[in-house]
Amino acid sequence: MGELEIWIALLLGLMMLSAAILVLLVKNHIAAVAAASVVSLGLALLFVLMRAPDVAMTEAAVGAGLSSLILALAVKRLGLWRIEGKITRSSLLATNTRREKDA
Amino acid sequence: MIPDLTLELILYSTALGLVSIGLAGLVLSRHSFRRVLALVIAEAGANLMLVLAGYRWDAVAPIVTTLGKQPQMVDPVPQAMVLTAIVIGVGIQALAVSILIRIHQRYHTLDRNEMAELMDAEIAATAGTARDVSQESPLGERPIPPITGSAVQARGGRS
Repeated sequence: MGELEIWIALLLGLMMLSAAILVLLVKNHIAAVAAASVVSLGLALLFVLMRAPDVAMTEAAVGAGLSSLILALAVKRLGLWRIEGKITRSSLLATNTRREKDA
Repeated sequence: MIPDLTLELILYSTALGLVSIGLAGLVLSRHSFRRVLALVIAEAGANLMLVLAGYRWDAVAPIVTTLGKQPQMVDPVPQAMVLTAIVIGVGIQALAVSILIRIHQRYHTLDRNEMAELMDAEIAATAGTARDVSQESPLGERPIPPITGSAVQARGGRS
């Protein structure tokens, strides 16, 4: 029981941290919003693990659902909604945002 | 099993990592929408740390099921506060996004530096004063000769 919880928390924590880094690095804004919602969903699962089921329900509904909806609508409204057909390695990450304008 | 790797250590490091990643993105990003996303991540880390403050590993969820003697419960007060903070966080996101939409309608850019330049120019034009060329320029006499325009452009700045 205890050891299983530790492994689940380790997995979820690594998933959330990598998704959080991906939010700052990925170039496509839709993918960034999706990664932010992955962080919120992992947070809801961690709340269940920490014996806070009501907070987990609210986080999953409001933090992951409503917030992602707001951000996705904002992406559409700001004119950043674009889906590339072909994905190469250089088009995936926004590492050199200084050189070209941040897409 | 590593004996030092407890559940609370993992959760605290996750919360600290989320807060620091969010703050780093808030400071380092140039695109304004990405800064809103960084704010979301920092808020998630802060919520995790608040719930973690009332966590005990040997306690049950704070729900009263039986009358009489209760088992040990985790602290319900931080959970109630986090419940409020989640909803307020979504309100802040909506406000930030609406401000971004207005900025995009007015200036047609979301880059942080370009936004600041355009706002400075508009404020100076409205007030009828000459706008200052650079916010980093010294107030008094220059101890060294000023940099020429071509050298400024070579460094990536505006003349």
